[in-house]
Amino acid sequence: MPGPVGPARRRYRLAWLGALPFFLYAALFLVFPAGDVLIGAFRTEEGGWTTANIRQLFHAEYVHAFENSIRISILTALVGGLLGAMMAYAALHPAAPRWIRTIVTAFAAVASQFGGVPLAFFFISSIGTVGVVTNFLKDYMGIDLYAHNITVFGFWGVFLAYVYFQIPLMLLVISPAIDGLKTEWREASESLGGDSRTYWRNVGIPVLAPSFLGAIVLLFGNAFAAQATAYALTSGGYNIVPLEITNVLNGNVVSDPHFGQALALGMIVVIAVAVLIYLPLQRRAARWMK
Amino acid sequence: MKRRMPISGVVVLLIGALYFIVPIACTIKFSVEQGHQGFGFDAYRQILNDPTFRDTLWFSVQLALETTIVTMVLMVPTVYWVHLRLPKARPWVESVTILPFVIPPIVLVVGLFDFFKSFSPDWVLENFVFTPKFLVTAYVVLALPFVYRALDAGVRAVDIQTLTEAAQSLGASRSRTLFRVILPNLREAVLAACLLTFVIVLGEFTIASIALYQTFPVYITTIGSAEAFPAAALTVIAVGLTFLAAAVFLVIGRMGMRQRRRPPIGAAMTSVAPAAGATLGEA
Repeated sequence: MPGPVGPARRRYRLAWLGALPFFLYAALFLVFPAGDVLIGAFRTEEGGWTTANIRQLFHAEYVHAFENSIRISILTALVGGLLGAMMAYAALHPAAPRWIRTIVTAFAAVASQFGGVPLAFFFISSIGTVGVVTNFLKDYMGIDLYAHNITVFGFWGVFLAYVYFQIPLMLLVISPAIDGLKTEWREASESLGGDSRTYWRNVGIPVLAPSFLGAIVLLFGNAFAAQATAYALTSGGYNIVPLEITNVLNGNVVSDPHFGQALALGMIVVIAVAVLIYLPLQRRAARWMK
Repeated sequence: MKRRMPISGVVVLLIGALYFIVPIACTIKFSVEQGHQGFGFDAYRQILNDPTFRDTLWFSVQLALETTIVTMVLMVPTVYWVHLRLPKARPWVESVTILPFVIPPIVLVVGLFDFFKSFSPDWVLENFVFTPKFLVTAYVVLALPFVYRALDAGVRAVDIQTLTEAAQSLGASRSRTLFRVILPNLREAVLAACLLTFVIVLGEFTIASIALYQTFPVYITTIGSAEAFPAAALTVIAVGLTFLAAAVFLVIGRMGMRQRRRPPIGAAMTSVAPAAGATLGEA
């Protein structure tokens, strides 16, 4: 397609000036700092080049941090994602009363704002050492969570708190896809003699799968990037990558400042892989939604 | 044909409701506990009498207001202009606004400080990098994805092209067109974007704590590491404030609705919902 010519073309080029403040801002405060992380990971304090920081990433402690981060992100994405999707399906079911739909949508919008620090204290109050749920289980059920190593400042605390924000995110992200399941498809399947199982196998799951998997990847990235909740729950003691970076930056561990950049680079690589998985799924999912 | 709501659906919704409510209920109960003396509001009294509470809360509100203003000044004209004159730039703007998802706050703070410390002359360090203004610039970046999506949805919903041409054929200047014609039509989208920005900054912990600023969320963790009951009270207050902020924006949104019938702010919020969910981890 031929573009505008002559003065029109010059005006079009001038129009780019209008977007200049945005691109300048993004370059200065987003793109260059990200580039600084990529380059800084390979620098020494003296200004030379090194791969020592990257090699240090493969020490057992940091490999373990990445494993932990990825594991908790996958687990909470799957558990929160499944629960969220089931809730969305139940709430958006044609037979569900209108008010349930309203409440669940409002719940998702509100709960999605309970991130970070307050969320940590929700769970410290519930399953902390003297938490309400902890005491209830001990006094009335004879179950001692802490004797079973279920602590708020370990895996279970982080897991439960993360699932708390994964559920509403899944609800928000998957609802349009579930709304897009047309009743006609189900009726068509039934009039052709299919039962519920054939409908799900041949229509429901193939249509929802790309949206669902895409949302799972989004939830993964969401948990992987989170720092505040885990920090407040565990006082920085849980071994995941964002908290390792925090410890380096706060000077809690003796290490090269450039090692913080190497850890950050590692995070970007993991998220980039997730995005590469996400994009084609997103494109497939868009096909069914209009 | 009429279907009954399956019992499994009811069970799933009940489990979800419990998961949502129990931790909040526990926090509220925790916040009014006073050891062996039963229940009372000592924890709240202690918090409200703590001058640090007021200072940090005011500091966070200021940061939130400043970030909201900078973000809107930067993004409203950009989104408008890109839709009107630069459709080719749209994929670029969109990709850039997705970047903060790829670069989480903990990574951004590493890069921002290192980059500016190594390239800034002393006067920039003193007057910008080592001041709360620098925090605001970082928060604008955190808000970008949500603000862009909210504004983009708003601009798509009205015919920007026709409105602009109509305004200009009647002799309106460019700024008059933007402020008197376009902005009133984007009211809900702009309000939703402001609300999201405000709430993100009010809850932001990662960057503030690493940059050693005593914002409200940093104050909550400081209290929390020492005293459990006041921390629960603070959490209740923080959640209440989030609701309050949302309510204020909703009321502002309603005020404009009396004159014109248009979808409430809630509609604009759902358009950014997928992005909104992702703040959770970052906040």
